Amino acid sequence: MSTKFNIHNFNFYFNGSPVLKDLNLDVTSNEILGVIGPAGSGKTTFLRSLNRMNELEAGIRTEGEILMDGQNIYDPEVDVAGLRKRVGMVFAMPVPLPMSIYENVVYGPRLSGISSKSRLDELVEKSLKEAFIWDEVRDRLKLSGLRLSGGQQQRLCLARVLAMKPEVILLDEPCSGLDPISTAKIEDALTVLKKEYTIILVTNNTKQAARVADKTAFFLMGEMIEVGLTRQIFTAPAKKETHDYITGRFG
Amino acid sequence: MKLVGEKGVRRILMTVAFSAISALLLITLFIINEGLPFIFRYGLKDFLLSSDWNPAAGKFGIFPMITASLWVTFGAMITGAPLGVAVAIFLSEYAPRPMMKVVKPTIELLAAIPSVVYGFIGVMVLAPFIRSYFGGPGLSLLAGSIILGIMILPTVISISIDSIMAVPRSYREGSLALGATTWQTIHMITIKASKSGIIASIILGLGRAVGETMAVIMVAGNSVNIPHSALDSVRTLTANIALEMSYATGMHRQALFATGVVLFVGIIILNSIASVALRKRTSKR
Repeated sequence: MSTKFNIHNFNFYFNGSPVLKDLNLDVTSNEILGVIGPAGSGKTTFLRSLNRMNELEAGIRTEGEILMDGQNIYDPEVDVAGLRKRVGMVFAMPVPLPMSIYENVVYGPRLSGISSKSRLDELVEKSLKEAFIWDEVRDRLKLSGLRLSGGQQQRLCLARVLAMKPEVILLDEPCSGLDPISTAKIEDALTVLKKEYTIILVTNNTKQAARVADKTAFFLMGEMIEVGLTRQIFTAPAKKETHDYITGRFG
Repeated sequence: MKLVGEKGVRRILMTVAFSAISALLLITLFIINEGLPFIFRYGLKDFLLSSDWNPAAGKFGIFPMITASLWVTFGAMITGAPLGVAVAIFLSEYAPRPMMKVVKPTIELLAAIPSVVYGFIGVMVLAPFIRSYFGGPGLSLLAGSIILGIMILPTVISISIDSIMAVPRSYREGSLALGATTWQTIHMITIKASKSGIIASIILGLGRAVGETMAVIMVAGNSVNIPHSALDSVRTLTANIALEMSYATGMHRQALFATGVVLFVGIIILNSIASVALRKRTSKR
């Protein structure tokens, strides 16, 4: 097992106030890391720090470093668009781009310069299959992505990330607006996908972390309280705050 | 002490509201009533497609003016639209928010400058510049196009910014997260999603350009001919009406009203296209 991310003393400030405080964490390849914690604990900021999507806001500042395969992604030399091709992201609100299902999936590969029709067709089928949505849309790839149901849209968003062949997939509460069946389909997809990808899953649903994550990290007020094997976090957490949170005493 | 009761207020407001609408209706009826009989008597084809405009001899062909209006409007589009859309993209996508908040109202203020001022600048600065660097009389189709291009900027920029800003943030984020650069996101996602609004802004700008009179009279030269180059002096439909109305009588006067009808129809068509495009934009969300 190799390490995908080494995060060293990482701090994140928004308009001068700290959102992430002195974060130290290693993320192992080909595992699902679950990130849990109450609203405002910095989970999403942490996730968006890993592909530098946090930089879209004005007034942010970072300290410390995040190494991906040994290279600091906050190095000024780093090509941010290239980084985001390696670190794909699925958002809480599933929003396909305003184009057809097919075009949504090939958007990323086209950016990377793939233009052969047969190659793209192949990618579309493979990615949609991996996201467990192929059978539902195979006959209507020309349909606008916006016409799908919420659960289908979210799996389409997953498929378009898979089509880029990233190394890491970041998921920000991907099931928050979905019904249990769609949620189960996403979770099934994730357990298969971890063989090829490193997955970081932020979730408000602690049970979801317990179901799919190999390791779980607990965040509170911008700090990571603890991280460990999921089984251990949920049965014998080292810290009282973690115990209180997973037993539903606050948050 | 009640001076006017609830019903009274309602009645007064209704009268005021209807007087505005009826003014519009009356103007429409008036120009149609004055212009249409002439068109029928003179013949629509002769009126629109003949190049012979000689009121003293009873010749009323407005083809040169139609051509001039079309060319000047087209020229305004060529100069104003790319500039306006570029400014809108820069302000909404690249410029920091505080900068946009200052610059956008300032640009909108351009619309408040009286057109005679634009015309004056055109005559004093632009026309001599064209005369000495490109030749010709200076007062020309080119000068008219450039002045109108500048005059439509506030319309194009303001409406384009509004429609670009209306593109959901999640589209941009989705595209950026897939590894697109800012510019790739702008031209593959943002502009596509706001296309109908941008087109509407340009068409509304063109409507303004077609109807503009004072600035065009001052800079376009006003000779009745079909332009062969951008440096030729031209007379637009609006200029034709404004220049001759003070002494026109009889048939001549009616011919000017008929010119008004042609303009009116043209601008209504442009505005309808724009409002369809804008409605398409709003219904998509």
